[in-house]
Formats: sequence, C-alpha cells, structure tokens
Amino acid sequence: MQTLIHQFWQLTFSGVAQGFIYVLISLGYTMVYGVLRMINFANSEIFMFGTFATVVVSRDLLGYGSDSQPIHGFTLIWSLALALVVSMIVSGVVALLVELIAYRRLRSRGTNRLAPLISAIGMSIVLSESMRLLTASRSVGSPRLLAKTSLAEIGGANIRVDQLMVVIVAPIMFFVLQWFVNSTRLGKGIRAVSMNEETAKLMGINLNRVISATFLIGGLMTGASAFFFETVYENTKYNIGFNLGLAAFTAAVLGGIGNIRGAFFGGLALGLLETYASAVLGSQWKPVTVFIVLVIVLLFRPNGIFGEAVQQTRV
Amino acid sequence: MINLRDAGANAWAKWNKPKRAAFSIVAIFLVGLMPYAGFSILNTPISSYADVLVYPVGMYVLMALGLNIVVGKSGMLDLGYVAFFAIGAYTMGFLGTHTHLNTWEILPIGIALAMLAGVLLGIPTLRLRGDYLAIVTLGFGEIIRITAVNTIKIGGPNGISNIPHPPSVFGLTFDIMHPNSFYWLILVLILLVIWMIRRLTVRRPGRAWEAIRQDEDAAELMGVPTLKYKIWSFVLGAAVGGAAGVVFASKALFISPDSFTLNISILILSCIVFGGIGNIWGVILGGVILAYLPERIRFISDARQLVFGITLVVIMNFRPDGLLPRKKREKIVTKSAKEVK
Repeated sequence: MQTLIHQFWQLTFSGVAQGFIYVLISLGYTMVYGVLRMINFANSEIFMFGTFATVVVSRDLLGYGSDSQPIHGFTLIWSLALALVVSMIVSGVVALLVELIAYRRLRSRGTNRLAPLISAIGMSIVLSESMRLLTASRSVGSPRLLAKTSLAEIGGANIRVDQLMVVIVAPIMFFVLQWFVNSTRLGKGIRAVSMNEETAKLMGINLNRVISATFLIGGLMTGASAFFFETVYENTKYNIGFNLGLAAFTAAVLGGIGNIRGAFFGGLALGLLETYASAVLGSQWKPVTVFIVLVIVLLFRPNGIFGEAVQQTRV
Repeated sequence: MINLRDAGANAWAKWNKPKRAAFSIVAIFLVGLMPYAGFSILNTPISSYADVLVYPVGMYVLMALGLNIVVGKSGMLDLGYVAFFAIGAYTMGFLGTHTHLNTWEILPIGIALAMLAGVLLGIPTLRLRGDYLAIVTLGFGEIIRITAVNTIKIGGPNGISNIPHPPSVFGLTFDIMHPNSFYWLILVLILLVIWMIRRLTVRRPGRAWEAIRQDEDAAELMGVPTLKYKIWSFVLGAAVGGAAGVVFASKALFISPDSFTLNISILILSCIVFGGIGNIWGVILGGVILAYLPERIRFISDARQLVFGITLVVIMNFRPDGLLPRKKREKIVTKSAKEVK
C-alpha cells in the first residue's frame, strides 16, 4: 500500500503505457469477435510474430546491436517508423494466413462453433512451435533503438521517452481505426457484416473480403502493439504472446468484446489495474487480481462495461 | 465410406440384453488387456508403452469424458477444466504427505473438493453467455495455478514430492514397477463415468442438458431450471476432473504447478472436438489419438508439437464435427419415436 501511495503517479504513467499496449492487442480480438462472433485464439501468436519482426528489422536489417551508439534525430525516427510498419505488416500477413487456413473453409461450411476454435488453437500451436524451432527456444533480445531517457518528472513520475511514445502514438492509431470503421466504405462493410451477416451478403457485400480485412486490421493493430512492447521491454520469446494475449483478451471482455471503444477502456483499465495491484500485492499476484476483477465486472455487467451500451461503435 | 457410428449403433439396437452384456464384457476384457499389446509398432520411443497408457492416454480419456459432460452435453465452453484436475491432485499431494490417509480415502475428499469448487465457480459464472464463460473459466484455471505457485504451504513453485502410491487392493500392487494396476484403476473410473453419462443422458438431467445446449432461452421458457442443471453438469465434470487429479498425483509421486497449465485444458478440449463432441465413443477416440500421437512420434522429438498443431488444423477443416460425430437426432428422440410406432 505504501508503494502505491508514494509512487502513485509513476505507477499511473506506466499503467497507462501498459494499458495502450493492451488496447492495441485487444483490438485484434475485438475486431474478429465483432464480425465472426468467434475468439481468435491465434491472436497471441500474431503478436509474437510482430515482436520478432521488430527484432529482425532493428537487429538484422538496420544492423543495430546491443553495443551500438544511441541514434538521434531523423535516423531515429525513420528507424522506429520502419520497425513499426514492418511489424504491422508481418502481423497483418500472419493474421490473413490464420483466417485463410483456420477459419475460411469452416466458415463456408457453416459448422458448430467449437470447430473453428480448435482449428485456431491448432494454428496457434503451429505458429508458436515453428518460431520455437527457429529460435531454438531461446529468448531474443531486441537492440535499443530508443534510449530510455527520462524527459521530465511530473508529480514524481519519470516520463520515459519510450513509454511516452506509446502513450502518444497508440491513441492516434486507435482513433484512425475508429475513423476507418465508422467512415470508410470498407469500414461500413465490416459493421454491416457484424450486425447481420446474411443481410450484408444480400446487400452485395463481399463477405470474404470484409472478413479478411477485419483480420488484417486486427493484425495490423496487434503488430503495432508488438512494436511498442519491444521498444519498452526489449525482449521476446516464442511463447511471449500467451500471457499478453490472455491479458488483452481479458481487456477486450472487460470493455465488452466486439466493441471497439470497449477495447480502448478495457485495455486502459486493465493496464492501470494490473500496475496498481502489483504495487499493493506483489507482482506475482498480478494475473489473479485481474481475473478476479473481471469476474466481478462480468457478474454485474455480464456483457462487459460497454457491452451493449454503445451500439454505434460496435464493429 | 461406411458410417461406422451408425453401423455400430444399429447393430447394438438389434441385440438383446444378454448379447449386449456379452459384447460389453468381451470389449472391456480386451481393453483391459491393452497393456500386453505393446510389443510391436505400438511401442513408444521414450516412456514405456504401459506407462503411456496410464498417462497421458488413460488420464486424457478420463478427463475428456468429464469435460464432455460440460462442453458436449450441455454446450458450455469451459477452458479451465485443468483447475479441477489440479484441485484433485493437490488434495492428494497435501493430504498424502501431511496425514496418514491413503489414496482410497483421499479419493472421495478430492472429488468432493473439486465438486465444491465447481459449485462455487458455477453459481456466479454460469449465468454468463458462452464466450464470457469461456474466459472466466480460463481465468479460474490460471488463478488456481498461480495460487499454487504462490502458496508456500503447498510447495510453491517446487510443488509437492514424495506423494505416496495407493496401497494394494485385490492383490494389485500400485508402484512404479506396476503401471498396469494404474491402468486398470483408470479403466474402472472411465467405465464408471461412461455408465453415469449413459444413464443420465436418457433421464431428466440429460434431456435438460440437451435442451439447454440446443436453445437455452427456449429451455428456460419451457420450465427447465437451466441454472440448476448447468451447475449440475459443471459439478459432475468437476468431480471427474478431481478424481483424475487424485489418481495422477498418486501415480506421479510428484506434482508442481507446471503440470496444470492452460495447455492441459486446451488439449482436453481438443480431444473432445477432435473425436466428436458429445459422442462418448468419439471423445474416447479423440482422447486416445491426441494423447498417444505426440508420444508415438517422439522420435521427431522437436517437431512433434508442430505436427500436433497441423493435425488439429487439418482434421478440423475436413471433419469439423470430429472423427465420430454425434447423431443429428439424439438417441432419446429416436427411442420414443419407435415406441410410438
């Protein structure tokens, strides 16, 4: 409790940064759920591939190592941008593959609800195992592109530049996504399919295209999150997606899965909650408190905080 | 392709009681002799064939049958089934090392505790819709595991070692040298569970579960106390998981939180969907294949999980209802239809 009071602002800032990482991953779950009413079990692996993409770009493509000089100015910005874009693309492509291999055939045959879940679980095993074999189960460090300097101290909180980047860029991406879903033609198609698949089909919407697009967008967001995660934590492993995926999924459910705005608040709430809880109870109890809060929320609002309340923003 | 399931069901329906009894006894006898069939291609590279029959094969089949009551019969997606397995195993581990109770005395306690956990988890959560239920049960599984890691009294991350084997009964010795005894013990439990499910399926709870699975709102409106039967199905599933846990701990001598990860829950669920959700024989087939396959292909040691994943994807894409799917119309329907004729 002492830690919580003394470091309240520090914890809040870290919690918000962590929360935005969750927001972007949980968009991957929520987009797919909104359209298909199915949990995309392979999303954690989509995230994992994104983290490796960041590592490969900064280490192998740009040639930075753990001992290279810190970079500044324009070089820094385009290095970061390149890593971000490549991570997004890699995750997006993996998400498309997941849809194509694990979901498409089953969807066109209209089977029971569990079959796609198991095939997605299978796909998730395939992805993480291939990465495990490729990296020989080792954890891979990511070279530091962005020096972790503290920009300012506000109310005792160190505003670290890497976390600040997350807090600034992630909301921008979120609002771009929201604009996309609300205003563009394809976004409207996605919303139409999520409201009623049959009617959307009758209106001439290409179902396969819309669903692929949904997976792609979810994958892009998850990939961006993977990049942010790497700049903050600088480490990855073949099974890294598991815990983060679980937390992000919880965040999506907390906000009301299938609801974009819900993912935003769910992710932020979870990030803050997790950070406060680990300050009070010790980090080993972190996941337990998160789940207990989730259970309590679901008991009183079984559809999540924003579940059915915000119909318009439902994907 | 001939339809094995229907052919089998038709043959069974034509037989009279003695014929059925004779068939069952012969079948049980043959399955009981399975450990002695491990001389040829069935042998697994690392652990001995007889051991593999106990864990994972027998254990997975037992748990898959238990989870099938929840997922297959009443259609609730439970992703935290491992929690009940863990509760059973930890009951055995803790009481077995701290008291003088033996496995046979702990077995009912483990089952009771697992059922209690089922009730405690079920009452608040079973009101939730399908996917939320999935995440809450998943969370519950993780909570149990993390609590085990963080509780020093039950060994923390190191787990519990030196758990006693069960004492001998009926002249059967239970120790490392006699895996067959454990196999027969699990077989007895499996038979009990099959018997229980078959009895319940044609009676009120089974019909209630079927109604809930097909349309919960309609069931509720027709006067089925849905919450009550959902909790019952949850608790029965938990009981089977608890029993499996007690036997597991007593066989393995050593348990740690690592034995109870989410992977187990997912694997057991995969067994059910892979084999044929809701159909006892399909579930058994799925359990046997998914437990045995990774052991059998251990020679490609590193890639065996990869092969496992590919198998899941391929089978689901080409047989989405599993290898032995349940009949479209449940047995109760056809039975009463015949009686009307």
